[in-house]
Amino acid sequence: MTAAPALYRLESVQHRYGERVVLDVERLEITRGETLAVMGPSGSGKSTLLRLLQFLERPSAGRIWFDDRAIDAEPPLDVRRRVTTVFQRPFVLNRSVRANLTYGLRVRGWSDRPAEIDHLLNALGLATLAHAPAHSLSGGEVQRVALARALAFAPDVLLLDEPTANLDPRNVRLVENLIRERQSQGVTVVLATHQIFQARRLAHRAALLLDGQFVEMAPTAELLDHARDPRTRAFLTGDMVY
Amino acid sequence: MSQLLTEFRRPELLQIVALTLRVTGAALFLATLAGVPIGALLGLVRFRGQRLVTLALYTGMGLPPVVVGLFVYLFLSSGGPLGVLGWLFTPTAMIVVQAIIAFPLVAGLTMSAVAGVDRAVRQQVFALGASRWQSAWTVLLEARVGVTAAIVAAFGGIISEVGAVMLVGGNIEGQTRVLTTAIVLYTRQGEFALAMALGVVLIAVAFGANVLLLRLQGRLRDQ
Repeated sequence: MTAAPALYRLESVQHRYGERVVLDVERLEITRGETLAVMGPSGSGKSTLLRLLQFLERPSAGRIWFDDRAIDAEPPLDVRRRVTTVFQRPFVLNRSVRANLTYGLRVRGWSDRPAEIDHLLNALGLATLAHAPAHSLSGGEVQRVALARALAFAPDVLLLDEPTANLDPRNVRLVENLIRERQSQGVTVVLATHQIFQARRLAHRAALLLDGQFVEMAPTAELLDHARDPRTRAFLTGDMVY
Repeated sequence: MSQLLTEFRRPELLQIVALTLRVTGAALFLATLAGVPIGALLGLVRFRGQRLVTLALYTGMGLPPVVVGLFVYLFLSSGGPLGVLGWLFTPTAMIVVQAIIAFPLVAGLTMSAVAGVDRAVRQQVFALGASRWQSAWTVLLEARVGVTAAIVAAFGGIISEVGAVMLVGGNIEGQTRVLTTAIVLYTRQGEFALAMALGVVLIAVAFGANVLLLRLQGRLRDQ
């Protein structure tokens, strides 16, 4: 895995809101096809990291490289379209579930891929809701629609911000199965989560982010079972690490 | 009541209704064509002087139509800067004045509707691969209920307007007489049954047009 070329490279990236530094990453490489779980408590900078990786914001300092291209200004549309995010609080558009799923295809000028859409609807238990207005869905259903919508156009990179926060165990399994399916197809996944067991189930590498800085990063089993940093051990055992 | 029904059969009624729809329809079309994109832009972007533009737009929403009529009259009168066009006392002048009255309503309410769409929606569609234009269009579609309400409000404002169209149209029989100016005239002449009949027609026309606009709103929602 480590021999594969880096898809993302962050060098001396710092992000501030006003005077407050919310993210401070000296160096981070994300390898093509890997799944990286970024763990940490609320407010640790996980969502900010994903926003930078999605190019929604530019870092206040430092540089992000994507596929060997330095992203200094607004990235070209073709680069941006290789990456997608399932937000922690996803928004569905005021149209049917199916129309939400085809949105990403339509903006790319692609055909509707009905077989793939049906597969996603079935895989996430949404088939009976295909023609329902998306605004009538429950929180858990919205979260599954958001994932299906993100997968419909087969992105190279999937950024997931607490993708199963509102789901019951059965639906967590459906979502994780679908993520595994995409992993097997070589999709790069960055998973922001505070669920340790989910990181263990899905990620090749895991990291702990605290106050905007990476405390420790290692292959998942190594980090979870043999954490070196006392703050990582405290986080993993459920102690407060603020 | 029977007199009222008789008035509905007056031949000039149809002509007045047709001209009313033509003038209001054209004015609304022009105001929508300019007001929706400008309102959407103001709701989407941040720029220097935005508060001033917003203030001007909101002031325009409350502008007395008769004052707008006065200014258009002065511009189009023979000594005015646009007098050479010869539009005064023609339906064109009425369309111009109604479009000016409708524009701030369409633009201002569209701006509010678009600005009211959660910022997170824009980030969401951006993350789904929408270009800037596609993102703006999607936000406008999300705000479609408010945008339709803006058009409905502007329609209601101009179809019921009387002072400005009276000033620049002149209420000339067979040429610039619309429902509102006709109602004023016939009331002054004591022809209350005819004025009432025109009033009923005006309400019916407004009702019918709003039904059409709301159907359009429903159709957009289903997309």
